[in-house]
Amino acid sequence: MITTTKPAPPLPATARSAPRSRRPLRTWVIAIAAYVIAVIFLLPYLEMLFMALRPNNELGLATILPKHWTFSNFTTLWSSGLGGSIGTSLEIAAGATVIVLLVSMPAAYCTARRRFRGRTGFLLLVLATQMFQPAAMLVGIQREFTNFGLPPTMSLIIVNAGFNLAFAVWILNAFFSSIPAELEEAAMVDGMGRVGALLRITLPLAAPGIVTALIFTFIAAWNEFLVALTLSLGEGTSQQPLTVAINNYIGEYSVDWGHLFAAGLVATVPVIILFAFIERRVVSGLTAGAVK
Amino acid sequence: MLAIRRLAPMLWLGPAVALIGVVVLWPVVVMVQSSFQQIGGEGFVAGYNGTTNYDNLFHEPDFVSVLLRTLVWVVAVVGVTMLISLGLAQLFHQKFPGRRVTRWALIIPWAASVLMTALIFKWALDPNVGVINVILHHIGVVKQLGSDQADWLGNPTSALIWMMGVAVFVSLPFTTYALLSGLQGIPGDVYEAASIDGATSWRSYLGVTLPLLRPAILVATLINVINVFNSFPIIWEMTRGGPGYETSTSTIYMIDLKESDVGQAAAMSVFNFLLVIVIVLVYLSTTRWKEQVAR
Repeated sequence: MITTTKPAPPLPATARSAPRSRRPLRTWVIAIAAYVIAVIFLLPYLEMLFMALRPNNELGLATILPKHWTFSNFTTLWSSGLGGSIGTSLEIAAGATVIVLLVSMPAAYCTARRRFRGRTGFLLLVLATQMFQPAAMLVGIQREFTNFGLPPTMSLIIVNAGFNLAFAVWILNAFFSSIPAELEEAAMVDGMGRVGALLRITLPLAAPGIVTALIFTFIAAWNEFLVALTLSLGEGTSQQPLTVAINNYIGEYSVDWGHLFAAGLVATVPVIILFAFIERRVVSGLTAGAVK
Repeated sequence: MLAIRRLAPMLWLGPAVALIGVVVLWPVVVMVQSSFQQIGGEGFVAGYNGTTNYDNLFHEPDFVSVLLRTLVWVVAVVGVTMLISLGLAQLFHQKFPGRRVTRWALIIPWAASVLMTALIFKWALDPNVGVINVILHHIGVVKQLGSDQADWLGNPTSALIWMMGVAVFVSLPFTTYALLSGLQGIPGDVYEAASIDGATSWRSYLGVTLPLLRPAILVATLINVINVFNSFPIIWEMTRGGPGYETSTSTIYMIDLKESDVGQAAAMSVFNFLLVIVIVLVYLSTTRWKEQVAR
């Protein structure tokens, strides 16, 4: 049955060693292996869902699935200020994304279109920042931003923007480089002007890159934990970003697992859906600087 | 007029340079400065104290073992990640029905916050009711729930192995995708040539695919080394680096130091930082990236 469901794809003339009938079987073996692996990748997050739907009085039960299912963890989630945390996380992620786009687009456009002294230096600087991680310089970040005395949300917007700039510069640089300058020049000859050509020709063509940079920065800032934990210490839960609020469900003596995983689901599902849109292009942004 | 033309790029790049300066470069300066200062728990600076922080750091009884553990952590996690990813990339490079959906499943640990993944595994390894232990109990590996045997995170060795597993798990998606994009860049006729020459699939993998995949492997390895070295949420949430410092890497150790002695934590950060820079520079020189960036 397995061998007959799919017609064999046409074989290249050179691959004469493989008999025609073995091809579909091989395809299905590969497919089933891939399905199994996909399920393995999904399982931990399914467990998060099962835990969120498990009644609190079943938390001490050693069963794989809950005996009863309940949505109460989701309905009682909001009384602890989680709505405020979602708002704070949205503010931070959106703020960082706006700054990254405003700052990276001119830089990426300029380095894609022009050759000038300092261009290589700038690109190396950007590449270097990709090698730096907040964890490595936490002490410096904490001391610097404590001195600034900004509200934590503001500090987190700036820090997240800074650490995600490199990705945006690389991916936008690649997109702008792939758009022929002649297109812009032709539009300018047609009387659009430089700004008009940029807005109506270049930006729409670079849209996939811009969307990728946008979603990637948003997700990275949304998921960021260490700097958020450090800079929002001592704030009220609703003033803390979602990752920190989730961490707060871990008490000194007991953990509120039901709420923790319900909040975790709220934090995770939208991000996974967003990520699916940019899935194919993310790698090029992360590795472009290094392999170009 | 010429001067304006010369300065124009600075206008375009200026905001980016300023942002990098404030967020990435200045903290390094502050960090180096702090590493030579005596700083109280509240962040109050008592003054410069020369190399005292470094002296104290190098004489910490746990310093050497933490560094060795960091080395094992990075090499094991990155090594295993690369090996599994090579297999996964080969698998997901094939054409089969439903490939797109399976690839979506693959990205979940990448898109989700590492914090959440770490917390799921911390729960699943709970000695009494964690789902991994419940399953292991069902199939007879764990004799008794709630026993020392089921307390995987209480024993430094088994805790480290489980945490390495989680670190590999969250590193696989990016690595596999990086290798997949490398595979897509290999033209098909290279394989035809190899098969005309009578190469078996394994031989053509070793002789054709791996060498052509080298740039992707190098980049993915480097990015993974940096990520895994700086990895924080997994160990922090699952064991807090304990018991004692027996499951701490240098990043966890530094963050723990920050609670008691900011100056010494700064010294540790500078040390970690130099370590990463050395690794990166070795890579830059072996792969000659500078010329490639300049194009």
